[in-house]
Amino acid sequence: MLVHSRPARWAVWAAFAAVFLPVFALPFLVIVAASFATGWSGALPSGATLAHYRDAARGDALDALVTSLLTALAASASALAVGTWSALAVQALRTRARRLGRAVDTLFMLPVAVPSVVVGLSLLVAFSRPPLLLNGTPTIVVLAHAVLVTAFAHQSVTAALSRLDPVYEQAAASLGASPAHVLRRVKLPLLLPSLSAAAGLCFALSMGELSATMMLYPPDWLPLPVTVFAATDRGSLFSGAALAVVLMGATLIVLTAVSRIRTRASYR
Amino acid sequence: MSGITFENVTVAYGRTVVLDALDLTVRPGEVMALLGPSGSGKTTALRAVAGFVQPASGRVLIGDRDVTALPPHRRGVGMVVQQYALFPHMRVDANVAFGLKARKAPRAGIAARVAEALEMTGMTAYARRYPRELSGGQQQRVAIARALAVRPDVLLLDEPLSALDARLRSGMLAELARLHRELPDVSMLYVTHDQVEALTLADRVAVMDSARLQDCGTPHDLYRRPRSEFTASFVGDANLLPVTVTEGGADFAGTRLDVPPAGDVAPGASATLCVRPHLLALGAGPNTLRGTLTELQWRGATHRLCVDVAGHRVKADVRELREAPPLGAEVALHFAGEDAVLLPTGVARG
Repeated sequence: MLVHSRPARWAVWAAFAAVFLPVFALPFLVIVAASFATGWSGALPSGATLAHYRDAARGDALDALVTSLLTALAASASALAVGTWSALAVQALRTRARRLGRAVDTLFMLPVAVPSVVVGLSLLVAFSRPPLLLNGTPTIVVLAHAVLVTAFAHQSVTAALSRLDPVYEQAAASLGASPAHVLRRVKLPLLLPSLSAAAGLCFALSMGELSATMMLYPPDWLPLPVTVFAATDRGSLFSGAALAVVLMGATLIVLTAVSRIRTRASYR
Repeated sequence: MSGITFENVTVAYGRTVVLDALDLTVRPGEVMALLGPSGSGKTTALRAVAGFVQPASGRVLIGDRDVTALPPHRRGVGMVVQQYALFPHMRVDANVAFGLKARKAPRAGIAARVAEALEMTGMTAYARRYPRELSGGQQQRVAIARALAVRPDVLLLDEPLSALDARLRSGMLAELARLHRELPDVSMLYVTHDQVEALTLADRVAVMDSARLQDCGTPHDLYRRPRSEFTASFVGDANLLPVTVTEGGADFAGTRLDVPPAGDVAPGASATLCVRPHLLALGAGPNTLRGTLTELQWRGATHRLCVDVAGHRVKADVRELREAPPLGAEVALHFAGEDAVLLPTGVARG
């Protein structure tokens, strides 16, 4: 702590609470409260019921949760694979073709710079005609999510690679290990903590993605954020709140599980 | 059994030449130390053998094999670096087995070879530990075991003891000397900036400075008969005195010194006289230098005297004095003529 006197410390805590609670914590608490409520009286939700959760645990709502989980899983897995590959490729290009490497870096930055609505629209335009007719299939939703989150995977793996001391690779190579063997037995294991963190980030981003999804989702592939939006849009605030809590909970559980992947390399 | 040959090897980064036309042969089974200050090109030379830097010109041969264009993993060298570079996610035995597995050695033989390498370095008891559970010295032993397990013809050591404290260093130095006796067929290229390591361990020492090879010879030769001022001052401590060469001796600030002539400096020319501080003795004798005592340091077993002789600082290490002369006293130092070496004058360093 940089603040040493006790009153000053209390003052800092109070200021932190005054800023943090209303902006970050209260809205979530209200959502949680609303998800158990039957009505809204004054400033706070009122009444107590589990009916919204009962609805959320069956039928369309359950399908939406499964859809979201599957989409996020597929998108983050492919994003991690592509992002890792591209980061490794850029690193390999650094000594041979620095410019090409920088171009690839920029290319992977694009989905972050471009609004996700635009990414959704461009995929819609690009894949609406044969031979690449993906419009109206779950694939296009997964594809959109993958495009959006690969940028983050690419960036986190790039950052991790630049921190990785080249002596390990060089030691492995001098012992006779081929580049593939070095990648499999040395580089990837040492990168594993960063890879799992990147996977968690991609998963969370995909779970919450709405704007590109809105442009693309087919009727049989409704991710949870779309359902939440639809529920609140038609005025079912309380069921929407319950769905939102389910979305938050599911994401948090997966994130916690991923962060628990303690690898031997992380003890370094 | 194979040695290492550098044929006119030049390495450059952009316009900066970091290794300039190196010609050097490490004979099979020999320990060659590359000794030099940082930035002298010694590590670059080692990395050119390992394959981590690509020479701009010249060839690197291991035995009769031209390896200049081979990727590092096809060169069959063992390498030990200053920061150990043990794989942190593998136990000691897996680290040592890594090279054998990478080279697809028969599975049955791996355990025996790992045990042998750990035995040789005294690390058998630590086989199931992770590198982070070992001290620096132990990690370096494992790194050596890992390099030796693949039975390389050539072992490259890049400042292997620099990260260890002084005490561990002398112990490890003795260990390395023992390993070399046990493995007489392995050629070693040993990069260091520490002259003690080079003199203790090497069969021959290559002295490098400013990307160039300055001198190469046995430690004894380089120490007793250095051929350049740089070698004289970098290998051991030296007094380098400007002299004028005379017939059968040299003249230092009006004092005639009786020293053996050098082939490449003719009478009348100016040269540099190299005398090791510990070969100077107090008192008058043959080749006496007289001057004022300016510094006196007690170093336990010895006294270091600095004497101002005609404006030149002369260092002398003498056995601990019962009664040291006071600062400012007039003292005389003398040395045996055959202990001094005449060198061509260059740019004085160090």
